[in-house]
Amino acid sequence: MAIDLPKRSYTGVIREIKVGDGDKAFTVGGGTCFPFYTFEGQMPHEARMGIEIWDIEPDDWADELKEVYSDVWGDPAAWAKRAVELGADFVQLTLVGTNPNDKDLGPEHAVEVAKKVADAVDVPLSIWGTADNDKDAIVIKAVAEALEDRRLMLGPVEEKNHKQLGAAALAYKHIVVASSPIDINLAKQLNVLLTNLGVTPENILIDPTTGGLGYGLEYSYSVMERARAAALTQQDDMLQYPMYSNLGTEVWKTKEAKLPTDEMNLGDAKSRGILMESVTASCVLAAGCDMLVLRHPETLKIIRDMAEKLRV
Amino acid sequence: MGLSGIQIFQLLPKTNCKECGVPTCLAFAMNLAAGKAELSQCPYVSEETKAKLAADSAPPIRTVEIGTGDGAFKIGGETVLFRHEKTFYNPTGLAMLVADDESEESISAKLKRFNDLEYIRVGLTLKGDAVAVKCNSGDKDKFGKLAERVKAETKGGIILIADSPEIMAAGVDACKDRKPLLYAATADNADGMGALAKEHKLPLAVKGKDLESLAELTKKFKDDGLNDLVIDPGLRDIKESLLASIHIREAAIQKKFEPFGYPTIVPAFEMADNFLVETTYASLLLAKYAGLIILSDFRGESLFNLLLERLNIFTDPQRPMKTEQKIYEINNPGPDSPILATSNFSLTYFLVSGEIEASKVPAYLAVLDTDGLSVLTAWAAGKFVGDLLGDFINKSGIKDKLEKKNIIIPGQAAIIQGDLEEEVGPDWAVHVGPRESAYIPAYLKKFG
Repeated sequence: MAIDLPKRSYTGVIREIKVGDGDKAFTVGGGTCFPFYTFEGQMPHEARMGIEIWDIEPDDWADELKEVYSDVWGDPAAWAKRAVELGADFVQLTLVGTNPNDKDLGPEHAVEVAKKVADAVDVPLSIWGTADNDKDAIVIKAVAEALEDRRLMLGPVEEKNHKQLGAAALAYKHIVVASSPIDINLAKQLNVLLTNLGVTPENILIDPTTGGLGYGLEYSYSVMERARAAALTQQDDMLQYPMYSNLGTEVWKTKEAKLPTDEMNLGDAKSRGILMESVTASCVLAAGCDMLVLRHPETLKIIRDMAEKLRV
Repeated sequence: MGLSGIQIFQLLPKTNCKECGVPTCLAFAMNLAAGKAELSQCPYVSEETKAKLAADSAPPIRTVEIGTGDGAFKIGGETVLFRHEKTFYNPTGLAMLVADDESEESISAKLKRFNDLEYIRVGLTLKGDAVAVKCNSGDKDKFGKLAERVKAETKGGIILIADSPEIMAAGVDACKDRKPLLYAATADNADGMGALAKEHKLPLAVKGKDLESLAELTKKFKDDGLNDLVIDPGLRDIKESLLASIHIREAAIQKKFEPFGYPTIVPAFEMADNFLVETTYASLLLAKYAGLIILSDFRGESLFNLLLERLNIFTDPQRPMKTEQKIYEINNPGPDSPILATSNFSLTYFLVSGEIEASKVPAYLAVLDTDGLSVLTAWAAGKFVGDLLGDFINKSGIKDKLEKKNIIIPGQAAIIQGDLEEEVGPDWAVHVGPRESAYIPAYLKKFG
């Protein structure tokens, strides 16, 4: 039986963004169809998987992550190397130690750690703050300056500090990860502001904010789907950027990811955390994300394998 | 589905008689299109129009019910491609496989897990829906016995999996009063399976080898008078399976292609050898239109995550999720523990309670009913203000339990501090907490 399958025509393309420098630099984006709708268009570049590391030793990570990283997490450079050995396309260094509500370490600390990490690995690097807009403006700017020309990803760049961080990205030739609170209009507005500031299109990624599984994932999922629809079918120029999802942090901070085996009917602790991460990851991939920041290497393996099967 | 108000207007008498309760036929047509009126309110509508509108309002994907009584569940009935266009209606059914060549230990353990694994979340009970009984032995008595046992030991839906109509008949005999789904009719056994489904009025799964062969088979069954169908394009590669799922949904909704106007079934257990991979594939297809998924097993670590995903994806995006107004206890608080206050928007509640839990600091969380609005929006709407919050705290009786009386309000609502102090009186200290939930652990640790 002949079937007349619907086929939409798209009017927009996701921009291609080159991330990092040197041999391990890569390009994301370039999609001309909804995620994995390869009967309607192409996805020229694979989704990229990063692993998150911290500048200070974590004291509340799940046992499953401890198993993988605790012998190296006292030394961010060694930790970054481990992440790359485990398959990370890029490393996100989260500067937890600079949180003004906690350890409140200064920009010197951030620069020192970031430099060590940058020397230790040659994959692209994402420098992530604590979402304290004022402190991030100081700390991330200092790192941007110290690692000029490395095409770092800087985030989260929010409306309140977009001027300082946008200017830092411009001056030292980095990429901004424009972060907005699960709202398509705010995502768009922030990109307008960054563009007005002079940040050029090849230097922007969108972080629409990811709610973890059971913790608001539905909101993120729909904002991502709508952003993709606006970019590809409504020629919304300000949303035609690859999307970045910090899902590992969200998943692994939940109580469910940390409970011991068989507590509350939740089964094996190790697979539970990995599956919480992989289920969230498959949702954000289906919704259109191009860069996923994960924590567990097993998730990375499963998700990369699936994403590659779906893309080609 | 989908006729516009203007299109409906063309079918109405256009007399503006007002007997339906609105001033004009056009206004009535608009109400019909928006689902705010019933066609029967118009006394003069023609039979032809009735037929046309009835056909048009049938959902493009049939709703199929499996099981009986409390164990029954519905799949299909979907009307949109993306949840943000309206909502997804009937959550993907989740079934656990049990085969008749499994050991007694394995079968007992699985059925026990099927019954035990349930979770309470935002006041809802989350659990799996069905047991899929599969014949691997080729022995119809063995198959029938297992179906009988599943019927006796579980209350959910049942899916019978067998290739031969003769074996299937043994399963049907064992549990037909529970309205099992028969999986599956193929080109090779179509007559026998169709006859079984028809005789016992049971839903039937139809399995093709690809989209074309599937369409031919479903058309044949439909022409034969079988309507409660569930469809499987027979593809097990994850990419082919995803694309087929998209094609089926789009053809049914956008082109009203009737042979695909049924919920789909995905035997995830045939898609991967590795349990983690199987669960991840299931999660992708759950988000992308699967009506029913059969998993090789139910384990807490996988089922819980898929149930959460299902809750998220099938939540109606038009309605904010609300949490019950009450004072929640987190980390076993005592008389010295502080009270944190927040709104009853579910996402806010989840984030705030999650952060308090993560802090390991014992505390109370006072969740005020703000009609599901977030703190800042609720404040702007006059629903998260000192009077209301104070009144809630005063009436809750929490005061008598406390020696130290501290209330921490969200930084976003710092402005209500004065009003709240007035409302609760001088026994209480009102503190302004952080603006973002992520800072709650650090704040609470310092608060001591």
